[in-house]
Amino acid sequence: MIAKLQYQLKSQKVIVISSFILFGLFMITLFAPWLAPNDPIAVNLAHKLQQPSWDYPLGTDHLGRCTFSRLLYGARISLGFAMLIFISALSIGLIIGIVAGYKGGWVDQLLMRFGDGLMAIPSLLLVIGFVGIWGAGLKQVILGLILVQWVYYARVIRGMVLSLKEQNYITAAKISGSSTWTIMKKHIIPNVIPSLAVMGTLEMGWAIMNLSSMSFLGLGVQPPTPEWGAMILEGKSYIRTNPALMLYPGLMIMIVVVTFNLLGEALSERYGIKRR
Amino acid sequence: MGTYVLKRIITIVPIFLIATLVTFGMINLSPVDPAEAYFATAHIQATDEMLEQKRHEFGLDQPLLIQYVNTIIKICQFDFGISYVTNKPVWDEISSRLPATIQLTIGSLLIAILVSVPLGFLAGIKKNSGMDHFSRFLSFIGASIPSFWLGYLFIFFFSVKLDLFPVEGTGTWKHLILPSVTLAFPLIALYTRLLRASVLENLQESYVLFARTRGFHEKMIMGKHVLRMAISPMITGLGMNIGNLLTGAIIVEAVFSWPGFGRYFIDAIFNRDVPVIQAYVLLAAGVFLISNLIVDLVQMYIDPRISRKGRQYQ
Repeated sequence: MIAKLQYQLKSQKVIVISSFILFGLFMITLFAPWLAPNDPIAVNLAHKLQQPSWDYPLGTDHLGRCTFSRLLYGARISLGFAMLIFISALSIGLIIGIVAGYKGGWVDQLLMRFGDGLMAIPSLLLVIGFVGIWGAGLKQVILGLILVQWVYYARVIRGMVLSLKEQNYITAAKISGSSTWTIMKKHIIPNVIPSLAVMGTLEMGWAIMNLSSMSFLGLGVQPPTPEWGAMILEGKSYIRTNPALMLYPGLMIMIVVVTFNLLGEALSERYGIKRR
Repeated sequence: MGTYVLKRIITIVPIFLIATLVTFGMINLSPVDPAEAYFATAHIQATDEMLEQKRHEFGLDQPLLIQYVNTIIKICQFDFGISYVTNKPVWDEISSRLPATIQLTIGSLLIAILVSVPLGFLAGIKKNSGMDHFSRFLSFIGASIPSFWLGYLFIFFFSVKLDLFPVEGTGTWKHLILPSVTLAFPLIALYTRLLRASVLENLQESYVLFARTRGFHEKMIMGKHVLRMAISPMITGLGMNIGNLLTGAIIVEAVFSWPGFGRYFIDAIFNRDVPVIQAYVLLAAGVFLISNLIVDLVQMYIDPRISRKGRQYQ
């Protein structure tokens, strides 16, 4: 009993702390233009590769751009696009999962077998293949990531819809003459949203990591846009003289991914929702 | 058992056909015209006539179905067409780079297994010990650290600061260490976690209790029974992650300038070298399918219940 309480408090603490960090990060993304001391893309070769100073809190890169400002704006790109991927994949997954689960029959079979096919291929290979065939660029990377992601949401939603469908209150709603659309909107969607939020937290870290990996390979965000993965790519040539250029962006990626993973795991443990 | 193996092998064929269909479809839907891409990479200002001729040469003027069948027949003969950039057969280009990638992936797979099996096993049988906390910390960090950054951290500490290993390139065994450890890191995280969970689960089984009641040595129960049973889910994880290993190799090869297949593929993306891209995707899918097959068969050998289960469902 006491052990259980202690355990609950511990997972609560993780939830509180990681939510706090994430809230701070979202504030940074919102207020980056006011927080950043310098323009993140303003080139100033006279000030290149400087050590930290009052004007440049974390020094400058090879083009004299302020590293600190670029990190702040980088949070915008990473978190912003991860959110975009999350929301789009979720919406697609929600629609397809509900249709498959609610309609059943051949519609269900077709959609789910297609999903199985997508899941059979390693996800990053699918993204890279997609980018390979459609050309490098942020748009392709994001589309590729959404293409891989929606399947997981769709499967979870379908499973939930299937079990919800058997509930008495849904039958009652049907008998009392509610339309399919009303049943979905009023009864099914509100029931699946919480689990999706938990799943989404876990997937956010995944999306941020893959987005930055793609940018590191030069396939995603293109310079001079400040993005953490792309910053590591630019900073790698200065690993001997200015290792900070490659250290800070990686540290940011790791902090964000660790926080999302901790929060997601604590939430899924608490609400008993399985990962993937 | 024989029929099960045969059945399992046959299931690969339709999946591979779907993979070829998907890549074929994507290439046909893509905005790139292979004939134009060919002339663009060769820096030739092509006339309509030249484009027309090249399309005929590539067989693009034939109906889609015939193109698709032709592609499949060629793939079965390891003919992936001619690279637009080098004008050499894609298969030759790939096979000259494949050994480096295979070396890297096998190296990292070995490291991953050598580290994660003892670590996950000890963490599982001694829950909440120091070893257990260490293993959980490692699996958490391993899952959250971007591998390209980890690679540069290794280069920074071990090559630049301590000067123990070469920064990049290939040649001696020293060149292999940092890239394969980098590539192995996420796998170590995953396998340690899987094995630990599986050991914990197996310790609850009645056969452990039975063995203890009969007075067997704890060491023998753990080493002979629990480990053997617990390792099975890890083998599944191994098969499922060969694909991740391939894509991970792309990143690691970029970090360490490793002259492998992955880096060649990234260059091909920038050059719009469509035959190479197609070949990479298909080969990676093929490796993934075959490694899954091997894993299934190994697992069946370790745990004969699987093939019996398969028979039950027939």
